[in-house]
Amino acid sequence: MTTTGTTWDIASVVDTLLEAERTATARSSIAKEWPGLDVATAYDAQDLALRRRHERGERTVGVKLGLTSKAKQAQMKVDEPSVAWLTDAMELKAGRSIPVDELIHPRVEPEIVFVLDKPLRGPGVTAASALAAVGVVMAGLEIIDSRFAGYGFTLPDGIADNNSSGLFATGSVACAPNGLDLALEGCLLEIDGAVVDSATGAAVLGHPAEALAFAANQFGRRGHTLEPGWIVLTGGLTNAVPVEAGARIAAHFSHLGSVVVSG
Amino acid sequence: MSAPTATGETALHRDAAEHLLGAYAAGKAVAPVVEAFPQATITDAYRIQQVQVARWVADGDRVRGHKVGLASAAMQRQAGVNQPDYGHLTQSMFFLEHEPIPPGTFLQPRIEPEIAFVLARPLRGPGVTVADAVSAIDFVLPALEIVDSRVADWRIGIVDTISDNASSGGVVLGATPVSPRSVDLRLTGCVLHHNGVVAATGAGGAVLGSPINSLVWLANTVGPLGIELEAGHVVLPGSMTSAQTISAGDTVATTIAGVGSVTAVMGREESQ
Repeated sequence: MTTTGTTWDIASVVDTLLEAERTATARSSIAKEWPGLDVATAYDAQDLALRRRHERGERTVGVKLGLTSKAKQAQMKVDEPSVAWLTDAMELKAGRSIPVDELIHPRVEPEIVFVLDKPLRGPGVTAASALAAVGVVMAGLEIIDSRFAGYGFTLPDGIADNNSSGLFATGSVACAPNGLDLALEGCLLEIDGAVVDSATGAAVLGHPAEALAFAANQFGRRGHTLEPGWIVLTGGLTNAVPVEAGARIAAHFSHLGSVVVSG
Repeated sequence: MSAPTATGETALHRDAAEHLLGAYAAGKAVAPVVEAFPQATITDAYRIQQVQVARWVADGDRVRGHKVGLASAAMQRQAGVNQPDYGHLTQSMFFLEHEPIPPGTFLQPRIEPEIAFVLARPLRGPGVTVADAVSAIDFVLPALEIVDSRVADWRIGIVDTISDNASSGGVVLGATPVSPRSVDLRLTGCVLHHNGVVAATGAGGAVLGSPINSLVWLANTVGPLGIELEAGHVVLPGSMTSAQTISAGDTVATTIAGVGSVTAVMGREESQ
């Protein structure tokens, strides 16, 4: 380890990861150097990093989920998803390409996105009550970018790193959730016009509303309410795919329209 | 389709066909075709397949359609190929939705959700377009294809699987027909439940961008060989998800948005 001698605490974890993000520089696992970085401490780091983002003028716009598929949970040896914060600085505005040069090793994954029109505060939120708080459903693409080399991180590393947050893009159609079967909502992921993967909403905990309920309950236990107007990225429907400069990435959904970005 | 032609058949084709027919007869998988017959090419592999189909027809079975395999980017990467393959569906491969499939029917079965096409009119390539293919379809059905390999441990390359009838096993068709005009076959979503748990999800476009493209590919690939896709034939265009390994006693169901659902029941060994 090159950082032998570093005395870690929550503040130094946050400063290190935010600096790694700013300079687009990958580093090695922190949790392997500091056994004190457990899941609870990692969420404290995530919350402190959000305060640092607020101090530089960013605003909280929502939350996101990770580890929503069985395969990813098995890979991290956990049996539940993880959550993280979204700020307005993470929005990739329509028509803008992914700033590949400012990122470390971006990967993209298609997601079903909720925008809340009622507050949600757990514990005790169910998939049905969560869905009833959704205002609109949209197609989304999340561009993740771990601050850890080769995406080699432990669960606490990933949580402290705000679940590899990078950028997110939403589609051009806002759909009412009424009448949509999101478990069967189909999604094709295309790179340069070729289908590379496909899935439905059921790939996320069986139904994206289960992911929303999980987020409401997880944040609720930490004293946070999911607020009206907040965006919820419910988790990758497919495996994340590396973003190459110049690539054209599209997610096409059966009812939610399409979202297209360029690398 | 009439019985496959034996034109161009050589001892290699007959011997390799006997190698695979031996697996069916013994109920035991055999060594890869390319190990026993290293000189076999893809063209040889289709002839080896046809020798077996001709044997089944001579023994009283009937060709009732075709299947396309290796139709998704994921499957092609896995097999190290950049094109699909095809096999024959015979009458004995069709199983009913409500009847448990007897244990021992397959050697090492895996299951895949598909959108089956039933043709109203024949299709004969080359030159078949998407428009021709759509207008030749009578209706679509939700389907579960059971793929199987006569090659031990699925140690297959492209020559092995084509020789082995594109790893065909069986098919269970749902019984409610839907018009291809009423469904977006490219964007429709598909969920596969294995013993009640979501095992895989996908969408129609995983199959060559659209399952219709698979039908076009099949018609244009077999046409020059003198094979016509016949009215009434079933075409399985390829799996929308990865294949799932199944065992005796399993229940597998797929739901395809706008197309419907179908369930396959793998029978248990009877206890005495």
